[in-house]
Amino acid sequence: MNESDLKPKLGRDGEPMVGTNGRPMHELLDPPQLRGKITVWRFVILRRITQIGILLLFFGTAHWGWSLAGEPLLSGNLSGSEFAGLIPMADPFAVLQIVLTRAIPDTEVLIGAALILALYGLIAGRVFCVWVCPVNLVTDLAGWLRRRLHIKDLLHLPRTTRYLVLVAALLLSAITAVAAFEWISPIGMLHRELIYGIGLGWIAVLGIFILDLFVIRHGWCGHLCPLGAFYSIIGRRTARLVVAFDTASCTHCGECATVCPEPQVLNLKKLEQTGWVTPGECSACGRCVGSCPEASLEFHWSLGRRDGLEPKFTQFSPEIISQRRSP
Amino acid sequence: MTTNRKSRREFLLKTLQGSALTATGALGWFYLIQQQAQASPHAVRPPGAESREEFYARCIKCGQCVQACPFDTLDLAEAGSYVPVGTPYFVPRQTPCYLCPDIPCQEACPTGAISETLEKIEDSRMGLAVIDIENCLSWQGLRCEICYRECPLKDTAISVEHQPRRLSKHAMLVPLVHSDACTGCGICEKVCPTQQAAIRIVPPELVQGEIGEHYRLGWKSETSITQDFKSSTDQSAKDSENPALDYLNQDNEL
Repeated sequence: MNESDLKPKLGRDGEPMVGTNGRPMHELLDPPQLRGKITVWRFVILRRITQIGILLLFFGTAHWGWSLAGEPLLSGNLSGSEFAGLIPMADPFAVLQIVLTRAIPDTEVLIGAALILALYGLIAGRVFCVWVCPVNLVTDLAGWLRRRLHIKDLLHLPRTTRYLVLVAALLLSAITAVAAFEWISPIGMLHRELIYGIGLGWIAVLGIFILDLFVIRHGWCGHLCPLGAFYSIIGRRTARLVVAFDTASCTHCGECATVCPEPQVLNLKKLEQTGWVTPGECSACGRCVGSCPEASLEFHWSLGRRDGLEPKFTQFSPEIISQRRSP
Repeated sequence: MTTNRKSRREFLLKTLQGSALTATGALGWFYLIQQQAQASPHAVRPPGAESREEFYARCIKCGQCVQACPFDTLDLAEAGSYVPVGTPYFVPRQTPCYLCPDIPCQEACPTGAISETLEKIEDSRMGLAVIDIENCLSWQGLRCEICYRECPLKDTAISVEHQPRRLSKHAMLVPLVHSDACTGCGICEKVCPTQQAAIRIVPPELVQGEIGEHYRLGWKSETSITQDFKSSTDQSAKDSENPALDYLNQDNEL
């Protein structure tokens, strides 16, 4: 990427704005050439590849007989699956609901749920939401259209609503003796019907699309979905993948918050204190990383303690930044 | 002090409002689930699915049983069908269960919704075959008995009985289903030649009665009260002297 891709950010008076660190502010990265665009959108492209790829693995196993060492490659779906007849996997939230119905599930599904819990606990809980969940394809489309059409929010709903929905799902599972969210989940409907055949599940998905496009920005994924709420609790303390923040280069232009689907996680004061985005509600979608004009945000993966990272990310000189911008 | 009390009041009110909002949604949600769970008793389930409640509680809607089935019998219910969304079921008239002895669907189920307690496929109870005698060819006097001949548990689940007929001397051969052996596999429903199947698989609880404790079939049980009726066995001895088959040859009644 070139230095020329940076457009100065102008204030209301038409003058270039200056950041808190004395450096000039810039607009979100939006380079004209394809190569630059790919750099900015690289995580979105990767996410589409994993989302569609995982769907394809399920579909290919179900319909085209894909196999590995004589066993079905990936049978089942995101609720419960088995890789190569060996590794069971299960949705830990669904299993938690089943346990609350007081039916003791078989060990296989308990092991599967524990594996998935450990996986997302160690990476970052909501990695599921934006790198795997098929509903994200729908809500991202709604979000993109919404930006294009400049649609404003109709309702305000606190982002904590999803935790109340989560509690309701667990209570209802105990009361009705069926896994309450699994019985109405639009995620399950979309995913199942893509693999096993189309029914009326698209109505629920259309509902989410309309909600996200016209009523509330990121209404489903960011406000209501109890599975997202569950995953944002998972890994709040254990996540190893974080978005690291560089105080020195950040001009406080605030552009990252305009592309972030969970902008409350980009609290600049908090970022300056910790040096990274607090794991939990951050879904590690990488939009901010791709489009920050100062390259102040970057994915950081560490198996050990995260304290050691601060000096590296707070000492950026403008030269290092321009180096990082041209891969 | 007053601002403190005011903010506390505000906080309590906000909490109450949030809970009320969730409760409103949860009530509708509760209704949807009850509606689905209670209003769909007709689905025929995979072999080894325990009671409806147990099955509904455990099934995680993953479809591994569907993929394990070598005959493509099972399917996951789509939203808006007569079966609760995402649960496996089958339509016997389209594809029945062919009673695999190794029960691959049970093997594939990770949650135990298809219970591991089922050891022999012959002991499964997916449903119960019920004959509509008004439309059954055999019961109308034609020779058919296809269900009987195709039944994997021939002579135990479906038997054919002789029955005299008023119109002519020819006896009818009528199929009878025995609920103690019928697995509900649905092969009979699949092969029934009538335009709409005259033998159908139905969840047993929809059609089966229950005599209850307070009636005693004295001639059947071995309780002390019934000892007096022992003499009734003489009657069956008399019957076997004079079997139904022979009546065509004894023309004295006509």
